[in-house]
Amino acid sequence: MHITLKNLVRNYESVHAVQDVSLSIPENRIFGIIGLSGAGKSTLVRLISLLEKPDSGEVWYNDQRVDNLPEKEIIQRRRHIGMIFQNFNLFSSRTAGQNIAYPMEICKYPKDQIRARVRELLELVGLSDRENAPISTLSGGQKQRIAIARALACKPDILFCDEATSALDPKTTQSILALIKDIQRKMNLTVVMITHQMEVVRDACDYVAVLSEGKVVEQGTVKDLFAHPQTKVTKEFMSHLTTNTANVRDDGVVIWSDVPARYTLRFLNDRVETPVISDIIREFDVVFNISGAGIQKVGDTKMGTMVCDISGPEDAVKAALEAIKERGVTVEEAQA
Amino acid sequence: MKGLTPAIWKLIGQSTLQTLEMVSLSTLFSVLLGLPLGILLCITSPESQGGIRPKPVLNEILSRIVNILRSFPFIILIIVLFPLSRMIVGTAIGTKSTIVPLSIAAAPFVARIVETALKEVDPGVIQAARTMGSTNSQIVFKVLLPEALPSLISGLTLTIINLIGYSAMAGAVGGGGLGDLAIRYGYQRFRPEVMAVAVVVILVLVEVIQFIGNKISAHMMAKR
Repeated sequence: MHITLKNLVRNYESVHAVQDVSLSIPENRIFGIIGLSGAGKSTLVRLISLLEKPDSGEVWYNDQRVDNLPEKEIIQRRRHIGMIFQNFNLFSSRTAGQNIAYPMEICKYPKDQIRARVRELLELVGLSDRENAPISTLSGGQKQRIAIARALACKPDILFCDEATSALDPKTTQSILALIKDIQRKMNLTVVMITHQMEVVRDACDYVAVLSEGKVVEQGTVKDLFAHPQTKVTKEFMSHLTTNTANVRDDGVVIWSDVPARYTLRFLNDRVETPVISDIIREFDVVFNISGAGIQKVGDTKMGTMVCDISGPEDAVKAALEAIKERGVTVEEAQA
Repeated sequence: MKGLTPAIWKLIGQSTLQTLEMVSLSTLFSVLLGLPLGILLCITSPESQGGIRPKPVLNEILSRIVNILRSFPFIILIIVLFPLSRMIVGTAIGTKSTIVPLSIAAAPFVARIVETALKEVDPGVIQAARTMGSTNSQIVFKVLLPEALPSLISGLTLTIINLIGYSAMAGAVGGGGLGDLAIRYGYQRFRPEVMAVAVVVILVLVEVIQFIGNKISAHMMAKR
């Protein structure tokens, strides 16, 4: 299902929470809405998810205008919307399984059907063994998994994620994002992710809109946004990005090639600043294929590390390595 | 303690039963009156205070009524409600007729306790229930009340203990029970040992009820 927002405006006593937002959210994709706190994200999601009515403007689900539906129909419509939250918002009076059963209970599903679906959903989120667990005994990641299962119970066509990973550590965040991506594909969901973390947009979203002071300042595919950020706000978000932790080794070296390289060169002190590699290439008949590099501060001195392969005629490589060592660079050779 | 003859012990037994009758029935009726009132007070309050169906005027009126009833001195309330008791029970004196003023005195107290307990429910949880398409009555009965149950139980314990105190006062106007016994035998006939026993029995009742209430509340919290 695709969602269209037309000129949405919502004000709270002189605070312009959402000012003239128009967006087209394509179906079966993960759409990110990124903004700092106070940018109007929460209000926007409350408007799109029909929890609040806009002062002016329209919300369309496919070809139906939904913001002006009567209360009864809005309630029916909400039953096909899934939503997960930063604080999980699970019912503490219910066990994990009973939490997942809740949306089906209010939709008056038959009891045995609820039971079967609860099992199915627990399996989907990988918590089959925690059906009867009280909520307080679950970890943050497990709580969000139960919340996701609950959101999916009535087979929604939209899933809203309101800062769903903001209360989780980086590792759990990754596993929750992976789960959402997996579910999105399996269930053909339109997912709208509201976040203030660029990592979430980068790792999970297909499209993104950048929200600032209640307005959309930039939108497009995530790829385009990363390649050509247009506005100051977006660049600001990008500057806070941490690198993909998977590619950073403990010594700070970033590896960008999947092929393991043979040599590790370590440059100390002033060697860091000199064009050793260029000199070597000019002098010998060899080529360097650099697959990773990094720099570290060791006490008062800097140490550069470079992971690379050196190829060329065997003699030339040998001579080049000698020359590198002569220039005060340590060479470590990986055992083949 | 030679004044405590078998006849007096029998009287103490009867009075205890009367107290239990007054307290249990007035607890029942005050909950029947106070619970819906408390729910109304909560859901009609402004949205910022967790109201799911804000009705400012109704909320204000209910709130005023509750405050007026709560500030009435109980002994005056009994007298004011004599005609009502006579209408409902048929008589204005005796154990049964005191149940009317007792219930009406405790109902606003119950209402406030219910209101406070429901307002303590995490607004995020209510928002989640709303996004899932819950109707207002589903939110009340499937979310608010179950989520607030441990504090509702503590509130109920408090209500019962208050009613034990009130029921002793009701004894003064011919309501029977332990308070009546203490005043008629202990005070007016100068038999302090009877008064002492009556007070001890009331004390034991309060302790037992507090103990049971705490246990139930703790048991519920442990399962969450």
